[in-house]
Amino acid sequence: MEFSLTSEQLMVQRMVRDFAQKEAAPRIKELDRDQRADPGLIQRMGALGLLGICLPVRYGGQGLDYISLGLVCEELEYVDSSLRVVLSVHLGLNSLGLLQWGSEAQKLRYLVPQATGEKVAGFALTEPGAGSDVAGLASTARPVDGGYQLQGEKTWISLAGLADHVLWFARTATEAADPHQALTAFILETDRPGVQRGDLHGKLGIRAGSTGWLACDQVFVPVENRLGEEGEGFRIAMACLDGGRYTVASGAAGLIRACLDASVRYAQERRVFGKPLAEVQLIEQKIAGMAQAHAIARLLYLQAGWMKNQGLRNTRETSMAKWYATEAAFACASQAVQVHGAYGYSDEYDVERFLRNARGAMIYEGTSEIHTLIQAGYALGARVDTPLRCELPAYDPAVWSAPGSD
Amino acid sequence: MNIVVCVKQTPDTAATVTVQDGKVSWGDAPLVINPWDEFAVEQALRTKEAHGGKVTALSLGPEAAKEALKHALAMGCDEAVLVSDPAISAPDSLVVSTVLAAAIAKLGEVDLVFFGRQAVDSDTGLTGAQVARRLGWPSLSLAAAVTALDPGAKTITVARMLDEGRQEVKAPLPAVVSVTKEICEPRYPSFMGIRKASKAPIPVWSLAEIGISAAPQSVLTWPEVFAPPKIETQCEIVAGDSAVAKAAALAARLIEEKVI
Repeated sequence: MEFSLTSEQLMVQRMVRDFAQKEAAPRIKELDRDQRADPGLIQRMGALGLLGICLPVRYGGQGLDYISLGLVCEELEYVDSSLRVVLSVHLGLNSLGLLQWGSEAQKLRYLVPQATGEKVAGFALTEPGAGSDVAGLASTARPVDGGYQLQGEKTWISLAGLADHVLWFARTATEAADPHQALTAFILETDRPGVQRGDLHGKLGIRAGSTGWLACDQVFVPVENRLGEEGEGFRIAMACLDGGRYTVASGAAGLIRACLDASVRYAQERRVFGKPLAEVQLIEQKIAGMAQAHAIARLLYLQAGWMKNQGLRNTRETSMAKWYATEAAFACASQAVQVHGAYGYSDEYDVERFLRNARGAMIYEGTSEIHTLIQAGYALGARVDTPLRCELPAYDPAVWSAPGSD
Repeated sequence: MNIVVCVKQTPDTAATVTVQDGKVSWGDAPLVINPWDEFAVEQALRTKEAHGGKVTALSLGPEAAKEALKHALAMGCDEAVLVSDPAISAPDSLVVSTVLAAAIAKLGEVDLVFFGRQAVDSDTGLTGAQVARRLGWPSLSLAAAVTALDPGAKTITVARMLDEGRQEVKAPLPAVVSVTKEICEPRYPSFMGIRKASKAPIPVWSLAEIGISAAPQSVLTWPEVFAPPKIETQCEIVAGDSAVAKAAALAARLIEEKVI
């Protein structure tokens, strides 16, 4: 069993750490206060190759592995969750979905510009009336000559206002016996006539991130824009979530580490009852708990990343990693505020932002309750993964680094 | 242009330095490319991008120092060479400059050698100048800008950052230039570069291979190493009824403490 990172992975980690510290950290507080996403930061992430880090070179990616993606997310969320969210939706949910399910033509047309950052991608699953109940989506896709007509509304969509492409899930079989067979996935360009969108504000956290809504009113998409087969949308959505949840899990590990580091720093500086705060046992207990949570969260996501590299199905492990890490991140952020006392309650320090940012991840990409059900299902034998028509390809360094045919 | 950039592997500047049993310890801090050398690598790459040629990163150190060279490769250097020999231990700058000068000579027709202004661990800032002396080339230290470079006429002009101000100096090539952080902003290693660097062969040259038969010995020794005494700070509020009284009381205290 190999627990050490490769020199390649260590270099990736250091590079992203430098980028996040130098270019993002100085601006986040202001963006968060203004509830404003900075498209320039996304462009910069694209220019550096972050948006296609684990995609094959022939699809415009950087040819690194899935563990590198996790390391990137950990470093980004160490600074702010909004940075990691970009990777979650653009790469984890959308681009990895295209890599897994897209035809060669779709990969060349959509994945390549996404991998290079030329186009920004999103994932439009959640609706005003359907979140956890994915099979209950109300959006429809009606077959018309040469393609489909999309109708419906999506909400709580990260990067809704910035995305050039989104994966759009809609009901194609309104009368299907099994609602899981009723959905179909589409690649939707947001500049198609009939697409409307807007931003949502007033969020508790991730205020430096873009979140919004999208609506389709009689939007035509050609049949070439259908991802996978008709009726395969539910399985595609769940497979995409295996990518997205991995980024959330690894990011949450970064958030825990940020809480730990901030608490250690403050506890060593601040004096109370004639001694450093760090020498108060009740504070030590909180710090030890954060260290433990980080170690667990990190091992869980690295395991999921390793399984992705090997081409092993990892729905169970990824769900476990996401469920644990996001719950632990919220608990650690709350404890970090406690360690900081009244200062922690003010935005003079970062920990109140960590607390607000941590809360959303217990809701998006599978609520904690959904993950509880998933884990119970696996443990009780009620849930068994069956092979997919398209599996996420295992990481093969030779294939990943091979240049394109053109 | 044939450009060489010399890099050193050092502990991360975020490391906590302690002294144990007369030896300096960095704990388990990660080893990284000397931060000053990143500016040297960047300037070497920019010089190549402007004038063509190639950049070779060169280091002296143990096998692990290859990681610093990989960082230089990931930033865009074309080649890297490590000089490593069990006969060298705890080298001072005289030893390092002897070895690096011999390695540069072996690299062939070199036009320019870049150094960072100093290493964050030993902090001498001498190696660049000593290498220049050993090669018999001009030493342009503390360069904050390359103001002119003419590969045809084989001349370079740099602005040196000195306590007294800026000083423009011009020298014929080949030359050795040590750079300050004002010269440029180092780029991040690219992911493509990282992939290539992790697979790039890095030749390891022994002393014999660079024509040094007897290992040079350090003349610098460290007879006693101790941690600086911990400074205890205390806060004292100077009281007084008026600003004048407070100032007088403060002055009296400062005189009493022999500060003024």
